[in-house]
Amino acid sequence: MDNHLLEIKNISKSFDGEEVLKDISLTVNKGEVVSIIGPSGSGKSTALRIATLLEKTDGGTISYNGRVAFTDESGTVVYADKKELREISRCFGLVFQSFNLFPHYTVLKNITEPVILSGAGREEARTRAMDLLAKLGLADKAEAYPGSLSGGQKQRVSIARALALKPQILFFDEPTSALDPELTGEVLKVIKELAALNMTMVIVTHEMKFAREVSDRILFMENGVVHSQGTPEELFNSNDERLMAFMGKLEA
Amino acid sequence: MRLSVMLTQLTYGMVTSVEIFLLTLIFSLPLGLLVAFGRMSKNKVLSGIVKIYIAVMRGTPLMLQLIVVYFAPFYIFGMNLSGFRFPAIIIAFSVNYAAYFAEIYRGGIEAIDKGQYEAAKVLGYSKAGTFFRIILPQVLRIIMPSVTNETITLVKDTSLAFVLAQAEMFTIAKQIAAKEASVGPLMVAGLFYFVFNFIVAFVMDRVEKKLDYWT
Repeated sequence: MDNHLLEIKNISKSFDGEEVLKDISLTVNKGEVVSIIGPSGSGKSTALRIATLLEKTDGGTISYNGRVAFTDESGTVVYADKKELREISRCFGLVFQSFNLFPHYTVLKNITEPVILSGAGREEARTRAMDLLAKLGLADKAEAYPGSLSGGQKQRVSIARALALKPQILFFDEPTSALDPELTGEVLKVIKELAALNMTMVIVTHEMKFAREVSDRILFMENGVVHSQGTPEELFNSNDERLMAFMGKLEA
Repeated sequence: MRLSVMLTQLTYGMVTSVEIFLLTLIFSLPLGLLVAFGRMSKNKVLSGIVKIYIAVMRGTPLMLQLIVVYFAPFYIFGMNLSGFRFPAIIIAFSVNYAAYFAEIYRGGIEAIDKGQYEAAKVLGYSKAGTFFRIILPQVLRIIMPSVTNETITLVKDTSLAFVLAQAEMFTIAKQIAAKEASVGPLMVAGLFYFVFNFIVAFVMDRVEKKLDYWT
């Protein structure tokens, strides 16, 4: 096999007869950082939710490291069995727009419990969690409850929570959209640091400047299809009218 | 009747009232959770049946339900269940309160953001793990004020057992009051319910604070 970590082919999805995704394909290699940009309602988040198995697909194929999560080669969509899907789920992590930390757990327990449930020992889980918290500048918040944290701190905790499970690829669903402009910086900085460490990432974002700096490749989605894709330079210097309009609108 | 005799009898009734109260809570709280699951089930037949059950339990008087549970086996099947007065009372109270608790649970469960389920799923929690570790603790905190309300109502509702001549607080107080032509026993009964509920409210308040440790 090649170094394709994630392979998405021709996925489609409708909600109540409305086609949100028409035909999306995306291949992500190990160590690559791919950003997905596009106007609201273009299907970016839906694509991410299908890739992370939170939403059922209507069609298409997805595989992680060559292990097939679902395929429609036979004409209808067939998902792998539960056990295989659980195994495949260990390949990826997801950081939500709204953090989704567990409010009744301390920061530390938010991070350690999933690790313990995955089969690691308590000590191992604690070490991993404290390491990550230290790296993210949150060591003093280990015993705090999420309710007492700022938005930026919450998002950093949720990144730590995802990283503690050692995913091979990390998805971000608009990680800064719920944050004050002042707080987005600290989260974007963390993601940049992860990129420097060669973490494989797929990031749905509205932060154009950030996408340009951090990405190896950018996908511009609109109306349920990949309108264009390429390196940041290719996209930002493109003459495509639609793309220019979108970028211009956001940079203005 | 001497005061001490009267108080002894009332104390006996008091113990029975507390028994009805505690047993009803012990059975109806878990049962209510099951009913809530049935109510929220994707299976239309199951959720339909549960909906009807809840509607009947909430739509008819508890006193009538008590009588039906106790006498129906005799009227319908000719079974003599006269020895099963107390169990009949506990059954009637439990299935009635389970219906109310079920709706409270449902409200609490539906108040939890679906992001909590999604985060749990992505982090590898099983369905049961998600419910018991992530969802339920948050639900319990949300529903505590409603549960307290319902529990306080239950204390007073135990007096309905008089309709089956169960010798609980109210039944005995009424008997003594009639026999002695005195309002005293009823006053004692009233005081009993008031103090009982005062204690219930106090305990529930402590539980509520305990469940609220994370805010």
